[in-house]
Amino acid sequence: MATFRIKRYNPEKRPDAYYEDFEYDFPEGATLLDCLNHIKWTQDGSLTYRMSCRSAICGSCGMKGNGHALLACQRQAAQLLKSGDQVITVEPLGNMPVIKDLVTDFKEFWEKVDQVKPYLQNKEKAPEQERQQSPEEFRKIDATSTCIMCGACYSDCNTLEVDKNFLGPAALAKAQRFVGDSRDHATRERIKELSKPGGMWDCTHCGECVERCPKPAEPFYRIKELMEVALNEGVTHNNGARHALSFVKSVKHSGRLNESKIPIESVGYFNIKGLLELVPVGLRMLLKLKIPPIFHKPIDDAKDVKRIFEEFGE
Amino acid sequence: MIKHDVLIVGSGLAGMRSALEVCKDLDVGLLSKVYPSRSHSGAAQGGIAAALGNSEDDSWEEHMFDTVKGGDYLNDQDAVEVYVQAAPRVIYELEHFGCVFSRTADGKIAQRSFGGHSKPRACFSADRTGHAILHALHEQVLKNAKSIKIYSEWYMHQLVVEEGRCCGVVVSNVRTGEVEVIHAKAVIFATGGYGRVYKITTNAFASTADGALAAFHAGVPLEDTEFVQFHPSGLYRQGILFSEAARGEGGYLLNGNGDRFMEKYAPSRMELAPRDIVARAEQSEIDAGRGVNGEACIHLDLRHLGEARIMERLPQIRQLGIDFIGVDCVNEPLPIQPSAHYSMGGIPTDMHGQVVVDADNTPMAGFFAAGECACVSVHGANRLGTNSLLEATVFGERTGRRALEYARSADFAAFNEGHEKARVLNQIEEIFQRDGTESYNDIRNEMKEVMMEKCGVFRDADNLKSCIATIQGLQERHTKGRVTDKGLLFNTELYEIIELGNMLKMAEIIATTALARQESRGGHYRTDFPKRDDQEFLKHSLVYQSEDGMEIKSKKVIVTKYQPKERTY
Repeated sequence: MATFRIKRYNPEKRPDAYYEDFEYDFPEGATLLDCLNHIKWTQDGSLTYRMSCRSAICGSCGMKGNGHALLACQRQAAQLLKSGDQVITVEPLGNMPVIKDLVTDFKEFWEKVDQVKPYLQNKEKAPEQERQQSPEEFRKIDATSTCIMCGACYSDCNTLEVDKNFLGPAALAKAQRFVGDSRDHATRERIKELSKPGGMWDCTHCGECVERCPKPAEPFYRIKELMEVALNEGVTHNNGARHALSFVKSVKHSGRLNESKIPIESVGYFNIKGLLELVPVGLRMLLKLKIPPIFHKPIDDAKDVKRIFEEFGE
Repeated sequence: MIKHDVLIVGSGLAGMRSALEVCKDLDVGLLSKVYPSRSHSGAAQGGIAAALGNSEDDSWEEHMFDTVKGGDYLNDQDAVEVYVQAAPRVIYELEHFGCVFSRTADGKIAQRSFGGHSKPRACFSADRTGHAILHALHEQVLKNAKSIKIYSEWYMHQLVVEEGRCCGVVVSNVRTGEVEVIHAKAVIFATGGYGRVYKITTNAFASTADGALAAFHAGVPLEDTEFVQFHPSGLYRQGILFSEAARGEGGYLLNGNGDRFMEKYAPSRMELAPRDIVARAEQSEIDAGRGVNGEACIHLDLRHLGEARIMERLPQIRQLGIDFIGVDCVNEPLPIQPSAHYSMGGIPTDMHGQVVVDADNTPMAGFFAAGECACVSVHGANRLGTNSLLEATVFGERTGRRALEYARSADFAAFNEGHEKARVLNQIEEIFQRDGTESYNDIRNEMKEVMMEKCGVFRDADNLKSCIATIQGLQERHTKGRVTDKGLLFNTELYEIIELGNMLKMAEIIATTALARQESRGGHYRTDFPKRDDQEFLKHSLVYQSEDGMEIKSKKVIVTKYQPKERTY
C-alpha cells in the first residue's frame, strides 16, 4: 500500500494549501497519472490536475513527484517508491502560481515563449516546392523540436526561482529551435535580443532542466548552443558574453580564474557606470576580507592548459 | 458578451489551419478545452501523405486510388480528388511555415512507406510528425495573435442555432466556471474524434465526442458513425500508440508461435496492408489462441532494424516502450493489440467544410466542420495511415476559406442569449443537484468494456443489440451519479461527467448504426454478414435524433474514377 501525499489548494474552500494523504495499492505498471485517476475517480472527485494524451506527447500533466518536476503519465509509480519509503509526494509545478491543487497558471510561461518570436522568419519568397535542408541541418533542430511545452524545466529552474525576468529554459530552447534552423534569417537579431538581461547569459548552468526534461529537448544544451552562436556571431557587447570570454581568457592564460579581473572585464573596461556599480560590492567584500588576491598567480602547469586550448583550436 | 467573426472550436491541426485562413481578413476566436499545443493531433506519429515523389515516382492518381481502395469504395471520390491533388501544395506550405521534417540526402522532405499506400508517400518528422505540424501551426497562430484570440481551457457545451442558422456557441471558462455565450457569424467545429468510448484506445482523454454531440443535439445528423478504425499497434492493455511507421520501416508482426501471420491475410502487402485488415488479422490470431503466451496480444518486432535505424527514425517509440513497460524494442519485441484509433464518420460536410443536414447536401448556414470530427467523406469505410493529418490540413484550409467567405457577407444574428445560457446553466445545476450513489467511474468502465467486446473489431446482431441495451442502462444510471465537486473553480469532475454523457450517447449511435449496416466493409465487420454488399449498402448512413430514439437515413456515395472492385491485398 502506497501513500500519495498530495498538495491540495482550493481557494473556494480554504485560503491556504495543505497536504492530504490518499492510500492506493496500485497494480504493477501503473503510472503516477493512473494512480491520480484512480484516486480522483474512486476517492475524491475534487482532486484537480491536467491530463490528456497519457503518452508523454501533449505536455498537460506536468507536476512534481517527490520534489522534482515530471510528467505524471510518463513515470511509473513504483519508480517513485524506490527509496523504500511508501510515500509519494505530489505537488504542483514550481515557479508558477497555483490555480487549484496540481493545476498551475502558465500565463508567464507562454508570455516568455512569445517574447522569443517563436516562428520562422525567412525573408525570401517561398519556392514552389520545399526549402532544402540537409539531414545535418535537420539534426541541429532535431532535439529542440521535441519540446512539448510541459513546463517541467521551467518549474525546476534555479535561476527563475530568484529572477522572475529570466526567460527560462523552455523559451530559450524554443529560441534555439529557430536560431539553429538553416531556414531562419533572423539569427543575429534573435541573438542580440537573447543576449539582453533575462536572456541566455543569465542561465547559471546548473543543468537541472536537462535532468527534468521528459523529452530529448534538454534545454541547457540548447542554451549552450545559443551561446556558441552568440560568440561566433560576435554578439559580445554584453556582460554575459564578456564574462564567458574573460573566463576563457583567464583560464587559458594562467590555468585558473582571475577573480578580480572577471567582474571588471564582464561589465567592460569602458563602461564607467557599470564599473562604478561594482565599487560597493568590492568594498563590502574588502570589509569581510573576502576579496580575491590582487596579484594573480598562474598554476604550476599553466603551460599544459595552454596546450589543451591550442589542441582544441580554442 | 463575446463576439468573433468566426469562432473555431478545437485547436488541433484542422482548427489552427482554418484559423490561419480566416485571420487573413477577419477576427477569429480559437477555443480549446485544453491548450492548442496539447491537442491530440500532436500524438500522430508516422507521417502525412502526399505524392511528392521524393523517393520514388508517384502521382495524385495513385494516391487517390490507394485511398479509395483503402476506404473500401465508400469514399466520395470527388472530394478525394481535390484532397489528394492539394496534398503536395499544403505540405510545401507547412514546410514554409517552418515545420520540421526529416530530410533525404539531397535536402528534400523524406518519405516512407505506409499501410495501404502503394508508394512511399508519408512525409515525416522522425516519429513525431503530428507534433511537428501542430507546433508549426501553433507558431503561426502566435505570430498572428492580433487577429486570433486563443481561449485555452474553455469547454463548449452547445451550438446556438436560430431559424436554421448557426450563430454562436455556449461555453464555460473552465478556470472560473463561468458560462458565456459567444456570438459568431460562422462557427467551425474541429473537435476531433471519440475513441474514448472504447476500453483500449490510442486517443487522449480529451477525445470525447463533444463536437459531434453538440451538432447532433442541434438537429444535424451524423454520417457513417459505424466506421471506427482500430489501430493494429496500440500498446497491450493501454492502447498507447506505436506508429505504423514501425512497420513502414520494416517491422514484423508475430503471433505467439513466432509466425509472421500476415502472410495468411494479405500476402502481397504483409504488415503494410490497411489498418482494418491488419487489426482483424491480429484479432483473429488472438481469438484463435495464437496470441503471445495465449494472451490478447501480438508482437511488434523491430529488432532486425538495428539500434541506429530505430534511433534515427523511431526514437519516440523506443522511449515509449522503455517508459511504459520497460521494454527496449532494440532488444525485445513490443506487445500490442488492436486499439480504437479514429472515427471515419462524423458531422457531414461538403468538400468545402460546409455542414450539411441531409442527403441532398442542404447546408446549415454558418456552421462548418473539419478534421476528424467531420465526415467529408474522404476516408470511406477505412482511413489509410497518414491520410488524417493530410485531411486536417487540406480541409482545415478549405473550411477556413469557405467560412471566411461566408462571414464576410454575413451579419451577427440576433438570438435570446439569456435563454441559451439558461439551458446550460440548468444542465450544470441539474448535475450539481444529483445525489445518487452511482459511480461515474463504474459507468465509464462498463461503457468502454461493452463497446470493446460487442462493438469492436468483430460485430454481430446479437452482440450489438445487447451492447445497445447495456449502453441505455448506463445512460439511465448516469443521471443518478455521485457528484463530489460542486465548485466553480477548475472543476474537472463536472466536465468529465458531461463528457461521459456525450460518450454514452455516441456509443449508442455507433452501435445503432453498426446494427443497421448488414454487411462488412472497411472498419465495420459483421461476422453475421461477412461480405461487402454493394447492392444494398454502397451508401453513407445518416443518423438523426428522432422523437422515439434514432432514425437512420442514407446518402449516396459519389463514385467518379474508380468503380468498386473486390478488395484484396
